[in-house]
Amino acid sequence: MNLFENVGKFSGFLVLVFSKPEKGKTLFSQILREIDKLGINSIGIVVIISLFMGAVITLQTAYNMLNPLLPDYLVGYTTRESMILEFSSTIVGLILAGKVGSNIASEIGSMRVTEQIDALEIMGINSANHLVLPKIIAAIFINPFLYVLSVFVGITGGLLSGYLTGTVNLTDYIDGVQFAFIPYYITYSLIKTAVFAFIITAVSSFYGYYVKGGALEVGKASTKAVVNSSILILLANVILTQILLK
Amino acid sequence: MITVNNVNKSFANLQVLHDISITFEAGKTNLIIGQSGSGKTVLLKSIIGLHDVDSGSIFYNDRDFTAMNLKGKKAIRKEMGMVFQGGALFDSMTVEENIIFPLNMFSNMSEKEKIERVNFCLNRVNIQNSNHLFPAEISGGMQKRVAIARAIALNPKYLFCDEPNSGLDPITAIVIDNLIQEITKEYNMTTIINTHDMNSVMEIGEKIIFISKGHKAWEGTKEEIFNTDNSDLNNFVFASELYKKIKKTS
Repeated sequence: MNLFENVGKFSGFLVLVFSKPEKGKTLFSQILREIDKLGINSIGIVVIISLFMGAVITLQTAYNMLNPLLPDYLVGYTTRESMILEFSSTIVGLILAGKVGSNIASEIGSMRVTEQIDALEIMGINSANHLVLPKIIAAIFINPFLYVLSVFVGITGGLLSGYLTGTVNLTDYIDGVQFAFIPYYITYSLIKTAVFAFIITAVSSFYGYYVKGGALEVGKASTKAVVNSSILILLANVILTQILLK
Repeated sequence: MITVNNVNKSFANLQVLHDISITFEAGKTNLIIGQSGSGKTVLLKSIIGLHDVDSGSIFYNDRDFTAMNLKGKKAIRKEMGMVFQGGALFDSMTVEENIIFPLNMFSNMSEKEKIERVNFCLNRVNIQNSNHLFPAEISGGMQKRVAIARAIALNPKYLFCDEPNSGLDPITAIVIDNLIQEITKEYNMTTIINTHDMNSVMEIGEKIIFISKGHKAWEGTKEEIFNTDNSDLNNFVFASELYKKIKKTS
């Protein structure tokens, strides 16, 4: 029952969010601000995690390919495929659900409990549209760039770790990265990234927007936002993979 | 003028407002008083449309607010200014940005005109040289004054204040009270103030409505309070020894 209630409430929330904005110029400036806040400020964590994950994928693959029949370039190939297909979209999505999702839920939740959302409503502004739409648009726009960055940094991390530890020959690695490349996989992952961006921003905003109470409830909403958007990302990952790769 | 007719409001099984009917006059400071939990905030939020009433009607002059669709309500809300209990200033914006915000959204002023209006509103509430400070960098009294400046930025016809003095020292509270009264007279606004501060009642109360357990228990002027035989109101107003002494001497 609670699930159906939440789905209904969430649908109503999205109707409010996707109504016509009050002023196009204000929306545009808010989108730019959100791109900075949600995207540019996440570059650091995406780079660090992608670098180390790429490094670990390369080392694990290299140490588990002791069979001499397997060509060495498979290490680079595996790293590229892992980064493109899954890591840079899904895992980065999950990480951003934690970082960006909790930030959005607590920001909007704090605005709710300090009556800032009521203040917007009193001014005759659709608060859901004003606060949430710029975040959704900004994340859908900027997250694909973070995805591309993550792929490049991950592959570079793999190259560095393989080279520095001596486990992989540089030429073999680069050959592997270029081997049997399927451009559609990038399209598939970009679609996933955009859908995950929507889930992170919309779900987190929803939990923040309907907070009732005080600081404790804002904290709880933030946790719920991260947990539920992570679950939805994993669910959407399965569904999109089935639809887009079958 | 705002007219509230036979308004009832419940949350789940708890009825908070019982058949409330009041007329709030323009150019006057109308005070809603009552104990904490008496229903005055719910009444105020019902009047401004943050709560939908279960039955009854609310008129802004001759416009039935309760019967309006969202678009009509939005149009009336552009004529409202509200000072919330905690100020409700936008944390992420400076003082200037807070006041310019409604102008950006609803006016066709040039940037220069907007800045002039911001400075006019800030001067009106006696704040200078704080345009670029954030709400967290100014005192509680200043936050309330900035909230008043934001509320009057678009020249509203209706001003609502929810406990504007809460958390302020007595001197600042009087400054805020007087400021609200002056602005009400100056712009001939219909002002409704929610309070349980008896000093405010005595300072600026022109029409006073006493809410008790969700009912309108009394209505009158501050002078009439001293002669009322309403026991609930007497218990509320003369809870302090000071006001008992004032009553004896009056």
